[in-house]
Amino acid sequence: MYHKRGLWAIKAKNGGVFPKHEKKAIAAAPTEKPPKFYPADDIKKPLVNKRKARPTKLRASITPGTVLIILAGRFKGKRVVFLKQLTSGLLLVTGPFKINGVPLRRVNQSYVIATSTKVDISGVNVEKFDDKYFGKKVEKKKTKGEGEFFEAEKEEKSLLPQEKKDDQKSVDAALIKTIEAVPDLKSYLGARFSLRAGMKPHELVF
Amino acid sequence: MSVANPNLHYLHHYRLDPSSRRSTSQTPKMPFKRYVEIGRIALVNYGKDYGKLVVIVDVIDQNRALVDAPDMVRGQMNFKRLTLTDIKIDINRVPKKKTLVAALEAADVKNKWESSSWGRKLIVQKKRASLNDFDRFKIMLAKIKKAGVVRQELAKLKKETTA
Repeated sequence: MYHKRGLWAIKAKNGGVFPKHEKKAIAAAPTEKPPKFYPADDIKKPLVNKRKARPTKLRASITPGTVLIILAGRFKGKRVVFLKQLTSGLLLVTGPFKINGVPLRRVNQSYVIATSTKVDISGVNVEKFDDKYFGKKVEKKKTKGEGEFFEAEKEEKSLLPQEKKDDQKSVDAALIKTIEAVPDLKSYLGARFSLRAGMKPHELVF
Repeated sequence: MSVANPNLHYLHHYRLDPSSRRSTSQTPKMPFKRYVEIGRIALVNYGKDYGKLVVIVDVIDQNRALVDAPDMVRGQMNFKRLTLTDIKIDINRVPKKKTLVAALEAADVKNKWESSSWGRKLIVQKKRASLNDFDRFKIMLAKIKKAGVVRQELAKLKKETTA
């Protein structure tokens, strides 16, 4: 093994002696006092977990501007434009609202088919949208008496704040222009996807 | 692998000569039109080279042929993996790759194939399989438009005949 590993050559290169490196000086550990209390049974320590939370890995086929087909929920079948991936891993998506009624919305990557059609998204600013924007509004808890029960129920339906409507309009304005530049793309986004007779999903190219 | 004796070359020609079978003047209706012969172009219908056009360059035995194409290494293939086409080129037994390619160019096999109805069908099939979701949508719109135009013309013609 000595000859096979070429140790003779390494020695020769280093002048007859096998090269050594200096051992790193170990900093003296501070002296620990013996603990005052030893528990009767051994406490179990949880195993080391070095995993970090990251947003879900985005499929290579999904890039900003891709047309996606939503597969579940009230908008199933709708073709929708992908804007960006949020830190939670969900995809930020918009109809655009004027074209197919899908607002700025979050959608899970697993419930989406990515098509190879892309829309130019450079004119759209999506910096301000994050998961908090879409979170449920926390309402102040009101103490309910019996009489007030029925009144409280009437107030359940909250109107969409004007700010969100403006956001939708500003995002969609630039998008709709680029969409109308491509022939048939507007009606394409307005139509829902469905399987017809003879269509085999595993053989379809999206 | 036993190489066929060139003197027995004519035996590999599976063509049945009808006139040699009967001495009478009546020749029977030929049941086969495409023969396995050297120079016959075939379509591979199974395996790694599925869909390729290859040239039968030699016959190995009852079941296998030596097959070659410009973009593949010359190799054996069972006849069951081949579907014969109408195209035949003029080559000697097992030509060099260069001669084979030259013969294919001279016979213009590619254009003959792509203009044949079989070849055109395959091209259409490939195109349809590669369609995008957006493409399928556009085709649907075009079909509806075409049907509308046809129906209008038909209505016009119907009106003329009844009038």
